[in-house]
Amino acid sequence: MSKLVKELEIKANILRSLTIEMIGKLGVGHVGGCLSICDPLAVLYFHEMNIDPSNPKMTDRDRFILSKGHGGPAVYSALAEKGYFDKSQLETLNRSNTHLPSHCDMNLTTGIDMTAGSLGQGFSAAMGFAIAGQMDKADYYVYTIIGDGESQEGQVWEAAMLAGTKKLDHLIAFTDFNNAQIDGSSDEINSIRPLDAKWEAFGWHVQTIDGHDIQAILSAIKAAKEVEGKPSMIIMNTIKGKGAYFAEGLVTSHNMPVSEENWTQACAELAAQRKVLEVELAESEVN
Amino acid sequence: MAIESNEMRAVYTNTLIELAKADERIVLVDADLMRASGTLPFKDVFPERTVDVGVAEANMIGVAAGLAASGKIPFTHSFTAFATRRCFDQVTISVAYAKLNVKMMGSDPGVSAEMNGGTHMSMEDVGLMRGLPGMTVFEPVDSVQLAQALPEIVKHQGPVYIRMFRKKAESIFGPDYKFNWAKGDLLEEGDDVTIIATGIMVKESLEAARLLKEEGIRARVINIHTVKPIDQEIIIQAAKETGAIVTAENHNIINGLGSAVAEVLAENYPVAMERIGVQDHFGEVGRMPFLMEKFHMLPIDIIAAVKAAIARK
Repeated sequence: MSKLVKELEIKANILRSLTIEMIGKLGVGHVGGCLSICDPLAVLYFHEMNIDPSNPKMTDRDRFILSKGHGGPAVYSALAEKGYFDKSQLETLNRSNTHLPSHCDMNLTTGIDMTAGSLGQGFSAAMGFAIAGQMDKADYYVYTIIGDGESQEGQVWEAAMLAGTKKLDHLIAFTDFNNAQIDGSSDEINSIRPLDAKWEAFGWHVQTIDGHDIQAILSAIKAAKEVEGKPSMIIMNTIKGKGAYFAEGLVTSHNMPVSEENWTQACAELAAQRKVLEVELAESEVN
Repeated sequence: MAIESNEMRAVYTNTLIELAKADERIVLVDADLMRASGTLPFKDVFPERTVDVGVAEANMIGVAAGLAASGKIPFTHSFTAFATRRCFDQVTISVAYAKLNVKMMGSDPGVSAEMNGGTHMSMEDVGLMRGLPGMTVFEPVDSVQLAQALPEIVKHQGPVYIRMFRKKAESIFGPDYKFNWAKGDLLEEGDDVTIIATGIMVKESLEAARLLKEEGIRARVINIHTVKPIDQEIIIQAAKETGAIVTAENHNIINGLGSAVAEVLAENYPVAMERIGVQDHFGEVGRMPFLMEKFHMLPIDIIAAVKAAIARK
């Protein structure tokens, strides 16, 4: 396993830990859908995206839109770890006058490219970002993550159709397919399957991967960038609440109370795992 | 059907083309109604700056938001009904809440949807849009005003809803007209009563004032082109100087111009007031003269309202 993969696994571990601590200190939050996207966030923010925390509005930067806006805390972890703002700010999550609201807000948080929270809308905006790039003959990529529950919104498919028509090949989207939404499993409530065939039918290049496999995410993005004339959808099979013993795999982890015991124990477990990863990284550097 | 050069949509398109030549940020986004909005010539000049998203208004607004967040100045369009209520959450969150610089044109307001009937008749769009923080709600009364307003709309940083009659509007202003952002236009002096009108109801109000003059009643007539932010000063002054107000709008009397004027009066200088407009019911198919008679939006109706208001002075 490469050094890069190990480094990004450590970053994903850190993002999980920061997210759990942030929500834990508040006592409630969208634990499940935050933790299921920490791996792609680690890859995007610490390897893939051309971004500069000291110049967050850089013209030719890659854009990231979290359309499932309730995953905001996971992105705030990435932004803080990257250096957009001090980590101490994470403790202000959802508190009065905070710059870090539950759902992403481009006017409040440095580094957030688009406001989202009403599901399906960030995805449409991502089309607008990609079309603007196409108009300007710019090289930047637009990345966006949608949820599986979110994929029940009609607006997602309005946007999907347009992206195929406009051949937005600098648009790389991810579906966080954790198969859990507020009221139960998405398979039971309103199935979005077969998801790969749907996106293919809308003119997209589609890959299905394990969304917690860093190497698979890296490879999928590389493959997506090689595709010309088509937008890319990377369907990530994920586990809601991944990495937090009190939430992992639970449908009820969408927006859940978190006790001090919960978050401190979960963070201790993650710290132990991080030590193992750091040893493995050191070994990979020797080799 | 050929579009004549003096139609509002032709003036809209030609003005936008000229503005877009000087400002490369201006782009056009439509939802399969460019033929209706008359904007196809924009696409001919700027094919790469035109996005027709098809029949998908929610996505149109989302795409426009993304374009605006990328530094563009998108002008979107659908019929007023579909430009607002059909995609109201998208307008609310992706544009207004996100404070993005999207200009949204809605055509065929109220009864001007004519043969498209009740499904296409927006009697609530002004109410929806003026309820959004930061939104400017503008309704041009004629092509002279429209041509002067569009450059100001481009200069204005923030979302604007342009509620536009798209065919040939009655001419209200001459070449010496000077558009003032968010300021009402005093069209007729008078001190017995004030008729405050907007859109197609301005011409009806001027005709009502002419007929009232024959009876010895001097009605002031004001055009409010921008319902939000509304020109409080001209309304309060009219209330003080004339003591009675009648509003006239092509919209439900609930939540539109009448409500906006009533809010200003109630908080500042309450006087007798009557509202002409759609009296809280849906639209239906018909030509404008038929609908305006049926919905009590003609000069005769305005005159009756004026007399009722004066009687309550």
